[in-house]
This record gives sequence, C-alpha cells and structure tokens, in this order.
Amino acid sequence: MSKYLGEAQLPKLIYRGAEAEIYLQDWYGELAVMKNRIPKPYRVHELDSTIRRNRTLHETNLMHEARKIGIPVPVIQHLDPEESSFIMEYVHGLTLKEELYVLPPQVRRKRCIELGRVVAKMHEGGLVHGDLTISNVISDNGKLFLIDFGLGDFSNELEDRGVDLLLLNRAMKSTHVKFHEEIFGAFLKGYSTVVGRKNEADIVSKVHEIERRGRYSERT
Amino acid sequence: MYCLGIESTAHTFGASVVTQEGRILSDVRDVYASKPGTGIHPREAADHHSEVAAKVVSDALREAGVTGGQLDGVAVALGPGLGPCLRVGATVARAIASCFGKPIVPVNHAIGHIEIGTLTTGALDPLVVLVSGGHTAILAFSGGKWRVFGETEDITLGNLYDMFAREINLPSPAGPQVEKLASKSANFVPLPYVVKGNDVSYSGLLTASLARLRSGASLEDVCYSMQEVSCSMLTEAVERSLAYTRKKEVLLTGGVAANRVLQKKLADMVVPHDAVPRVVPQQYTGDCGAQVAWAGMLALRAGETAEIADTRVRPKWRLEDVKIPWRSTAA
Repeated sequence: MSKYLGEAQLPKLIYRGAEAEIYLQDWYGELAVMKNRIPKPYRVHELDSTIRRNRTLHETNLMHEARKIGIPVPVIQHLDPEESSFIMEYVHGLTLKEELYVLPPQVRRKRCIELGRVVAKMHEGGLVHGDLTISNVISDNGKLFLIDFGLGDFSNELEDRGVDLLLLNRAMKSTHVKFHEEIFGAFLKGYSTVVGRKNEADIVSKVHEIERRGRYSERT
Repeated sequence: MYCLGIESTAHTFGASVVTQEGRILSDVRDVYASKPGTGIHPREAADHHSEVAAKVVSDALREAGVTGGQLDGVAVALGPGLGPCLRVGATVARAIASCFGKPIVPVNHAIGHIEIGTLTTGALDPLVVLVSGGHTAILAFSGGKWRVFGETEDITLGNLYDMFAREINLPSPAGPQVEKLASKSANFVPLPYVVKGNDVSYSGLLTASLARLRSGASLEDVCYSMQEVSCSMLTEAVERSLAYTRKKEVLLTGGVAANRVLQKKLADMVVPHDAVPRVVPQQYTGDCGAQVAWAGMLALRAGETAEIADTRVRPKWRLEDVKIPWRSTAA
C-alpha cells in the first residue's frame, strides 16, 4: 500500500456524511473505497437495519445499471448487505470541482461538454443521480466517473432529471462564479448532442420552473 | 413597551401581553374541541372564537395589569390558517387597534412558533424544526428570511396523527393520544418509511397504518410503529439539513414539539454533530397568544406595522415570504 499512501494506516476514514462513512482501504493489494451506512440510534433496530440494507442494495443496483449502459462508475468489488456496506474501486484523479480550477479554458470547456454527454446518457438510460454536483464527478485524465448514487433512482420523469441539472448548475455557480455560465453552457451543449435540441429545451424550461417554486433557491 | 397578541388561526383563540424585553405577562387561551371522529369544522371553530374572544382578551389584559390605552401595538396572526377563524382574530384586533388608536402588527403564525421558541430557549442561530397541524418544515435563517431546507411533500406530522385519529373516532388534536397508546407497545410492525433528500412524505404512512389496523394489528402496536416511523423519518431529514448547514443548535417548536419520542430522537441525533437540542417549553408548544404577541413585538420594534386596510387575512401565507428585519444573518 505504501505506493499510494506512504506510511498512512488503512483503513482510513476520509469522509463522514449524515448517513454514511467513507473509508480508504486495501482490497487485495489495491486501493479501494468502502462506503458504510452507520446505524442510527434514533431508529428502532429492526427499522434501522432494514433501511440501511435496502439503501445499500438500491445504490449498488443503480451503479450496476449505470455501468451496463456505459456510464463510468467505480467497479463494485464487494457487497455486504448485512453490514450495509460495499467496497468499490478507488478512482484516481481529481474531482471535477478541483480540476476546473486548474484547467485551461479550452480543456475546461471540453470536460463540461463531456459531462453533459455522460449525464444525458444516464438520463436516457432511465437513471437519475439525485445529488449531481461537481464534487460527485471524478476526472481520471478526462474520463468522467460519477460517484455517490445514494440519492439516485430509476426514473424517466422530467422533474427528476431537472433536479439533477438544477443541482449541478447551483454547484457550478457556487464554486466557479467567474466562468459559471461558460461551463454550464458547455454542459448543456454536450447534453443536447445526446438528447437533441428539443429535449434539451424542455429540460431547461423545467429547471426554470423548479427554480421558480423556490424550494431550491440559492442560499445567500 | 407592551404588545397585545391575538391568535385565532385554527382551534385556539388566544391573547397575550408581552413586554419589549420578552417577559410574557399573560397568556390566555380557549380551545375549540371538535367532536371525536371529526376534525376542526372551520365555521364552528370561528363561532367558538367569536363567543370567547371578549373574555379571553380582557382576561389577558387584566392578568398583565395593562390597559388598552397603555398598549404600544396590537399584533394579530393573519395567517396561515382557516379563513373563518382568522377573520375573527383580525376583526377583534382591528377593533382594539382603532378604539385605542394603536398600530396594528400583522404576524405570520409560523414565525410566531419560531420566535416563541428562540425567546424561551435562548437559541441564537438554530436549525428550526417546526412541527404542528399546519407545518412540518426544517428551516434556517439566511438572507433576511427563514429558508425552507426540508419539508413534508404532502400532509404534516400533526395531520398524520389527527387524520389517523379521526378514522378511529379519537378526538383531535390527537398527538397526545397517539403518544399515550404508543407507549403501551414495543412491538414494531413494518410501515413505509419515505425520506427524499431533506423532505419527508407521510401520506403513504397514513394509508398503511390504517390498513394495518384493519387487517388486525392492535391499536397500540400501530400507534407505536407509526410514531416510530414518522419521527425517525423527520429526524433523518433534520440530520441531513444539519450536516449541510452545520448549525450548532436544533430548535424544536410547534404543537407536535410536545411529543417526547420526537424530542428524544432529535436529542440522540445531534450528539455526533456537536449540536445542542432545544425544545420550546410545553405550554408554548400549542398555538397561543404569546407567540403572536412576541413576534408582533419584534416586528413593532422594527417598524413593521400596517394600515387597517392592509390587514386582510392571508390563509396561505408562506413563512419564507416574510421579511425578518429584526434578525441578523451573520449570527
């Protein structure tokens, strides 16, 4: 393991969210990531274990489906429903959020067009991500992996697709103010190459409609 | 400074006098009781309010030792609520204000729940969990307004208990009854648990709970399970909002804040987030004049008064539309 992490001890906690903990760990000599849904003291045991188990299965199912339709997602290496955890490959690279800070404008634009294609393909394949931000995209030298399907679903609803775009737009706006319009524009360009101009226009007007409802309005 | 507050949004007619420092000098109320198996009938509730209004208001002034002439403003909850009920409170407030020549202060009832919560618990910049018959919402203050981070997509938590109770002929508000029945069981029967991001949905839980009952499960078991599922769902949604906003206080307020199971779950949840739970005292959980009087006092001090002509009731007044000039964003 030293080739990746120097003297770091594995497993190593790298992120604690509201629902799950993410660990870096060893998987037969390769670096891997474990997502573990932690028990909640406020739920009765029977309810808690059912929820954690079902969500783990749902998430890994979505990742499996995504892979089948050609969306780059980490390979699932191990699934343990009883422990509500799974192990997946560690994707090398930067999050798109980080990468956008350092890329030259031409490449930056190319990345966002590619993200548009990937997301459109996912939507056409009947999947929505549910928490689509540039922190949940990892760029392995330009190959874009989508991660964290914890809030994802099987859906062909325009509404659910619209929420994906809205969340992405908001994430781009909050971290890359200066070229936010350029990168979201590039994203839409890539998106429309897959779904067509008409469908792209429909989803953009849906995004505006959701925004007007105010539920997802910008925090200031 | 003294502010009189008048509450009449639903089943309660209440009046209260508070001082500028937030001392509650009186808090008088008379609650319309619906017949078991029925909900609030808006016209009957309004009739009730008309009958008790004069006594409740004069008791509130007498207990406070304040005369109408000494008031600095008359606050009234213009919404959200039931139209016929709201109109009683609005009429009473207009009459008192014009009789004594005092400014009238429109108050949003939900803002009243939040402000009575911060006053009585000392919470400074909390994530607010507002639970009542009319609201189930997770809120944080930002940009001069209370923003909704999560809420119910259909019926409220109070509504869930009331509608369940109505079907089985219990009187409403039914929260305390459901909690009492639930405390007699520890046998969990599976029911649908629906959390979508920071939002919850209770309508399927209501249908499934009634179906369980009809298919032979005991009332105690269903109450226990429905309470467990509904409160756990909300607690999870609050936890997501808490992780996102990184607030250090969680304020539970509104009628269903009296539920001890919900209180316990929130208290357990906040521990790993280094946040503290704050719960509005029992006597201010339900609708009361004090919540209107205090929110009114804050608005009055900020100069938010209205002409009589602009005091029409607002049955669907959303709390995120209310400007809050008395609270600073950078708390």
